[in-house]
Amino acid sequence: MNKLELISALKKESNISKSEAAKVVQIFFDSMAEALIEGERIEIRGLCSFFVKDYKSYVGRNPKTGEKVQIRPKKLPFFKCGKELRERVNKNLY
Amino acid sequence: MALTKVKITKQVHDLGFTQQESTEIVDTLLEIIKSCLENGEDVLVSGFGKFCVKDKPPRRGRNPATGDDLMLEGRRVVSFNASGKLRNRINGN
Repeated sequence: MNKLELISALKKESNISKSEAAKVVQIFFDSMAEALIEGERIEIRGLCSFFVKDYKSYVGRNPKTGEKVQIRPKKLPFFKCGKELRERVNKNLY
Repeated sequence: MALTKVKITKQVHDLGFTQQESTEIVDTLLEIIKSCLENGEDVLVSGFGKFCVKDKPPRRGRNPATGDDLMLEGRRVVSFNASGKLRNRINGN
């Protein structure tokens, strides 16, 4: 499912207009992105939480050539699945 | 302070929906995302990232308390891949 499909599903299930649904979806992902850019944590009960992890500089290797490369310090968002989502995703397996 | 549903709902409220409507709309959106993943379908949001459903195979594990060998069943988990755009924005470039 992509963003457009998310918007039309929200439009249908919430009985709101397409442009309203588009705004809501935009607000949702924009505020998450902005929080991560600020280095802020995100906690959406039942779905997931995110925090930004700081990685120090390290010597990595180009997997193709085996060459050593210095990796600069970086930040990456770290995702943790919420309890409800984890249980629901897993239950259909059996 | 962490970003929570309250802050997102408040922004939806600012669009002109009542408090109750805003809560319902945000809950509906969350439910759509969750049921999509529950059905094994990935959720792709361009500019943000991709929520993927991954199947983990069964593997041999160990009870850390007793040291007994045991078989861990396969399971299904959700992973997240941040889009390159988001990663660059987090790193400030």
